[in-house]
Amino acid sequence: MADTNTLQYTAKDFKSDQEVRWCPGCGDHGILASLQKTLADMGVPKEKYVFVSGIGCSSRLPYYMNTYGFHGIHGRAAAIATGVKIANPDLMVWEMTGDGDALAIGGNHFIHAVRRNIDIKILLFNNEIYGLTKGQYSPTSQRGLVTKTSPFGTIEEPFKVGELTIGAHGRFFARTVDYNLQLSGEVYREAGLFKGTAVVEVIQNCVIFNDGVHEAITNKEFRDDRTIVLRHGKPMIFGKEHDRGLILDGIKLKVVKIGENGITEKDLLVHDAEEANPGIHYMLAGMQYPEYPFALGVIRAVKSQTYDDAMIEQHKQVQTASKIRSVDDLLMSGSTWEVE
Amino acid sequence: MGKRSKVIERDAVVIRFSGDSGDGMQLTGTLFSNTSALFGHDLSTFPDYPAEIRAPQGTVGGVSGFQVHIGHKQINTPGDYPDILVAMNPAAIRANAGWLKPGATIIYDTDSFTEKNIQRAGYKEDPFAEDKIETLNLIGAPITTLVKETLKDLDIDPKTVLRTKNMFALGMVYWLFDSQLDYTEKFIDDKFGKKPVVAEANSMVLRAGYYYAETIEALTPSYRVLPAPIASGVYRNINGNQATAWGFLAAAEKAGLKLFIGSYPITPATGILEELALRKDLGVKSLQCEDEIAGICTAIGASYAGNLAVTTTSGPGLALKSEALNLAVMTELPLVVVDVQRGGPSTGLPTKTEQADLWQALYGRNGESPVVVIAAGTPSDCFHFAFESAKIAVEHMTPVLLLTDSYLANGSEPWKIPSMKDMPAVKVPFAVSDDKEFLAYERDPETLARKWAIPGTPGLEHRVGGLEKTKKGSVSYTPENHEYMVRMREEKVERIQSEVPDLKITGDKKADLLVIGWGSSYGHILTAVTELIEEGYTVAATHFNYIRPLPKNCEEVFSGYKKLVVCELNNGQFANYLRMKYQKFTFTQYNKIQGLPFTVREIKDHCITLLEGK
Repeated sequence: MADTNTLQYTAKDFKSDQEVRWCPGCGDHGILASLQKTLADMGVPKEKYVFVSGIGCSSRLPYYMNTYGFHGIHGRAAAIATGVKIANPDLMVWEMTGDGDALAIGGNHFIHAVRRNIDIKILLFNNEIYGLTKGQYSPTSQRGLVTKTSPFGTIEEPFKVGELTIGAHGRFFARTVDYNLQLSGEVYREAGLFKGTAVVEVIQNCVIFNDGVHEAITNKEFRDDRTIVLRHGKPMIFGKEHDRGLILDGIKLKVVKIGENGITEKDLLVHDAEEANPGIHYMLAGMQYPEYPFALGVIRAVKSQTYDDAMIEQHKQVQTASKIRSVDDLLMSGSTWEVE
Repeated sequence: MGKRSKVIERDAVVIRFSGDSGDGMQLTGTLFSNTSALFGHDLSTFPDYPAEIRAPQGTVGGVSGFQVHIGHKQINTPGDYPDILVAMNPAAIRANAGWLKPGATIIYDTDSFTEKNIQRAGYKEDPFAEDKIETLNLIGAPITTLVKETLKDLDIDPKTVLRTKNMFALGMVYWLFDSQLDYTEKFIDDKFGKKPVVAEANSMVLRAGYYYAETIEALTPSYRVLPAPIASGVYRNINGNQATAWGFLAAAEKAGLKLFIGSYPITPATGILEELALRKDLGVKSLQCEDEIAGICTAIGASYAGNLAVTTTSGPGLALKSEALNLAVMTELPLVVVDVQRGGPSTGLPTKTEQADLWQALYGRNGESPVVVIAAGTPSDCFHFAFESAKIAVEHMTPVLLLTDSYLANGSEPWKIPSMKDMPAVKVPFAVSDDKEFLAYERDPETLARKWAIPGTPGLEHRVGGLEKTKKGSVSYTPENHEYMVRMREEKVERIQSEVPDLKITGDKKADLLVIGWGSSYGHILTAVTELIEEGYTVAATHFNYIRPLPKNCEEVFSGYKKLVVCELNNGQFANYLRMKYQKFTFTQYNKIQGLPFTVREIKDHCITLLEGK
């Protein structure tokens, strides 16, 4: 294998010869570009990457990556990715999925992958709509959304990806926005370096069926005032003027203005992504505009043993203790008798 | 050993242990079987237990049975009807009354024949009279009282005392067969090693039962079954699930691959997952998944990444796996799916046996979806066919569906242990990186199998998936390409026929009647037809283990007989499959759909009816 330090890739090395078929203006183009650039700089040999996906627009991404790729069936990407990683822990496994794929039909596999802490990186493209089937509501659609299958508005509550991840015992949760290639690159890299299930929610715009659904937090005019980029060890500051922040008020988060009521930067919460207690992370992941800024960046990154490492460790323990080294040993073990 | 008033020498004897599902009948039967095997008997067992872990005590629905057939000759079935029934309560009498041999011996616990238990079993007052079996050889023993008496000086709680009742019954049976108690005593010591007082109690009760039978010997004949003349070698008892699991281990070792199993617990298949979960010493990666779909999908992922991947289930689980099985068809990855069939449809009869998933295995998926279908014939056979399934899957880059069933899974028989050096090689069609562009669906000209490109290999980066692909591996919706690929996948599976062994015939190549079976009915059909031939009938049998593709010589075999009858535990699925494949023959069918295996008698009677032209 090539020395990883000498690996010189550019984004182009990760482009496959397949024509990208997403709609013009789709947020997925930005995600792909940012991912290809990030992977080129990760220092991982190209043949070690495996991209696994389910079904949906997001799930076409593996075809556009010049790496090993597996386009699965609807909802099952997490299960397929789990099998790949356990079969060969040397691989770096990325799962590409969407809000319908991961949280509706694939909800079960999603929560169990997260619970087990399999070392896979899950990029969940959240556009709050079913695009490939042409515009039906998804498990993340806001209550009341009018779609082809909810002509009078949905009457159900959406999942929030971060809350679900943390609720499923998730150790890593991050969020980024499709157009923000800089932040996306940072977040994908963090997810890639993290040992364990890393869930990245990508706020993604579907230009055809749900255009502008994230407008309130993505519009250039006011996005800096309505989002906060969390960075480990840094105070929770946001706003165009860097003049607002978050404090803990009783058992709730609260937005404050620096300079008002004697508040200084020192009074603000300092982000600790590595804190095992999920309390603050859960609140950060659940923040919604207009009461709060919408949180971006790495919200939670807590180290713990991965499933794949635990399996390797258990194998070693059992192999040290067991007298059975081969199938012949096994067949002759226990009660046997000889017929002359 | 005491003097015996009357010893009956027999070629074979069938014993059935029957009681409440909490009475330990499965364990009692297993211990008896192992002891018999050590003595050199050939044998076959059939556990038959209710779906409920602890059904209401004393009811017929809660009766758990374990039947074992031991012999001085070759034993191919667990026996139709018992010569000896051990009945721990009246419900066990009721459950078995219609299934006893004339002149059978019944050993029963008189203490359990209380008014309440008698009525709970559905009798008025006298079970033996009401079921008209009072003329059988009835040996009542106050087992509960005797067990309490035996253990009165031990410091042990009353619940544990009552739990040893099965050992008393086992002791009595051992006396009937003049068996040694050593094996069972050693087992008791191993099992209760941490609780010496419980071990002591079980051993004491086992001996008490033995001596009690000796004391009342005047009441009964005892049996002697000489060792069977079986081929020399080292043997062990093995059940179908264990044999299946070990067959995969053998294939993985021969192929030089790691074995991966992704499964979800389901009766009666769980034993395979449990067996492989134990084998971390052999590097097995076992994953108990969140559901059936994850079971197969993790296996597909593992296969893509280069492991020998299997997933195990039963009928309802196979239904859930069907979409993903097609993903393996489309991506042309090696995968073995085991369906340990049970009574269906839906939850059906979860603990009972049936062969009714054949069509599901062949056809239960969307689109043109060819997979190899193989069915094992006996419990130990499962080793061979699991091995073969894995070998075919890997060498031909295809999913293989292995059908076993509840009867095979739980049934056991002595098995001559093979040596790995005698097992065939498994050749893995790895893709090798060279200067040329890697084409994911380029095929071997002979087998039509594509190459297996393992992620992590530089230069072989490629994409697979459920969408139709070109030879290169690019997505394609071109009409001609789709038809071509459909035909290629079909042809790839059909070409495996060249490796399928020819059908064998028991009996003459020409006769009045050919009895056709597949899968687990092997032993019953073989026994029935062998006996019919001995009785002078002109009949033969043939048996299918390869369902798709079928053996080459089917037509040639079928041509030799005036009548053909397909015997199967369903409503005629294989018969209809053969009708479709071989339209010039007339296949009659003989079916049983009761959640139970055939009896030899049933098959013989049906054959005689056909032979006599009625």
